[in-house]
Amino acid sequence: MESHNAASEHTVTRRTMDIVVALAFMAVATLVMVDSWRIGARWASDGPQAGYFPFYVGAIMMVASIGTLLKCVLASHPDRSNFVDRSQLRSVLQVLVPTTAYVVLINLLGLYVSSAIFIAFFMWWLGKYKLPLILPVAIGVPLVLFVMFEIWFLVPLPKGPIETALGY
Amino acid sequence: MEALSSLIAGFGVLADPMNIVYMFVGIMLGVLIGVLPGLGGANGVAILLPLTFSMSPVSAIIMLSSIYWGALFGGAITSILFNIPGEPWSVATTFDGHPMAQKGRAGEALTAAFTGSFIGAFIAVLLITFLAPVIAKFALQFGPAEFFAVYLLTFCSFVGMGREPPTKVLAAMTLGFALAAVGIDTVTGQLRMTFGSVELLRGFDFLVAVIGLFGVGEILLTMEEGLAFKGKSAAINARVVFETWKQLPRFWLGCLRSAAVGCWMGITPGGATPASFMSYGLAKRFSKRGREFGKGELEGVVMPEVAAHAAGTSALLPMLTLGIPGSPTAAVLLGGLLIWGLQPGPLLFVEQKDFVWGLIASIYLGNIAGLLVVLTTVPLFAAILRVPFSVIAPIILVVCAVGAYTVHNATMDIAVMLVFGVIGYLFKKLDYPLAPLVLALVLGDMAESSFRQAMLVSQGNLGIFWSNPLVGSIVTLALVMLFWPLIGAVLHRLRGDRAKAAAAE
Repeated sequence: MESHNAASEHTVTRRTMDIVVALAFMAVATLVMVDSWRIGARWASDGPQAGYFPFYVGAIMMVASIGTLLKCVLASHPDRSNFVDRSQLRSVLQVLVPTTAYVVLINLLGLYVSSAIFIAFFMWWLGKYKLPLILPVAIGVPLVLFVMFEIWFLVPLPKGPIETALGY
Repeated sequence: MEALSSLIAGFGVLADPMNIVYMFVGIMLGVLIGVLPGLGGANGVAILLPLTFSMSPVSAIIMLSSIYWGALFGGAITSILFNIPGEPWSVATTFDGHPMAQKGRAGEALTAAFTGSFIGAFIAVLLITFLAPVIAKFALQFGPAEFFAVYLLTFCSFVGMGREPPTKVLAAMTLGFALAAVGIDTVTGQLRMTFGSVELLRGFDFLVAVIGLFGVGEILLTMEEGLAFKGKSAAINARVVFETWKQLPRFWLGCLRSAAVGCWMGITPGGATPASFMSYGLAKRFSKRGREFGKGELEGVVMPEVAAHAAGTSALLPMLTLGIPGSPTAAVLLGGLLIWGLQPGPLLFVEQKDFVWGLIASIYLGNIAGLLVVLTTVPLFAAILRVPFSVIAPIILVVCAVGAYTVHNATMDIAVMLVFGVIGYLFKKLDYPLAPLVLALVLGDMAESSFRQAMLVSQGNLGIFWSNPLVGSIVTLALVMLFWPLIGAVLHRLRGDRAKAAAAE
């Protein structure tokens, strides 16, 4: 690969991501320890208090993450390789962003309609399919789900205004 | 032989034709799950678990464990035909499987892989049949201290035996424990780490976590690699199958070795993935044709499959006898037991004989049925893989969302699943292992309560963990495992120094 190409693909190094995640772990550990201490992490007359076990879990997490952090910071040959290529990140976001929208949509429209929209959008946007192929899949999958869950297994899935209008 | 008569009674449970139907449905679904990227044994079972709440526990476990066997079989199909491991434990199968397919020997490679899987599973289930009742009887005498010691050993083994950096294993594991603690404390009823949120009262369900970590996370990784399925076609006919079977008896010693590796790694939570790599490495070293490995050796396909399937199957042994699963999928099955109101552990063998022996009998039948199903339906599943990813991916994501929702009928869980998906993606990329996280999430409450009970018994004296030879040796072994990375490094340095001294003389 040519150098300018590699440079344009550069995002962050693995080392940076390692440090960020280790710091995130330390933040979580602090949260766990503080909250466990609040409800009591000591020894009561009737045995360990509710926060006893989680407190030490948090403490181990803290120690382990400090270890990871030190190893990254002090490493003599830090791993400066690229964490994710720009083009790779783009493909990941191409899935992640629509999926996030899908999750929001489920709350508004119910699962069936949003699934149809999600599948159709995905096929049209990433797969560049034509309508005659998109429609059967996008309508068929939610329909199969509907029959399987609502009728066969009697497990209700979230429904929105459209299903209500249809009498469900 | 008590075990044999119990086993025969177990086959009696299977006489119910509905159970056989569930078994075949489970295997077909399992192969499908094993073939599709982003769906694997653990999250496939997790997604389908809520559908089994209304079934009888015996039928439910038969269907779900059949999904597991199917997934173990299915992983080999993608590895050999497409050079894409459908499951992490079939990575080692690609080394020789795909070169064979490129040479036009796909049918042979597939037959060898499936038969290898079958052999591995069969040896492991024999082990379960005869060893499980003994271990269960032994474990009946366990008190809380002994149970906590076994939990400790399980988790410390991850640190000692994992390939990932020990600090990262510990961090992932403690995250699992911390998430398990969220919600109402079962002993005192106090709220822990809910931060005043009603949604957090329920805590984090490991099923949602599994679907996110393994399902959504895997899709994101697959997307990043930008997969284009370009596969070899497969044709299996009876002649190829018998020709391949004729070659297999030559490998009997290697098969036994791989099965032993697999069983060991399955019972201790090393898991199927390292077992398959280890067995491939051993086969390469010991085989006369070791140099030819990687170019399409039949032996290189059989060995990792034997080990992976042996490990996957024997992971059920500690789950049934001690309530400690040996793999993430076994952990999900254990979660299922709890939901159906069965307490996993030694008492299961006393109180739920039908259930346990029905399950063990179904492992025998399920693997025979699985072998038949995969040998006959390979072209069908290979065709499914030719459906482009841009069609498959949204459907898998929809299925994951449905699975996450049905666990508690909560839309909030779908968002939680997505967050776990991103965490899974990051962790995979940064070498944080997922298995200890999932196991800690499942076992967190039980490990904690056994610890607290032990502490209550001893009035807070940690000496209880060395109060008798049994618990003492387990705890000591666990600590050795925990500090193994340090001990190993010290030993290595000592040996290095000695070698240096010898060289100086």
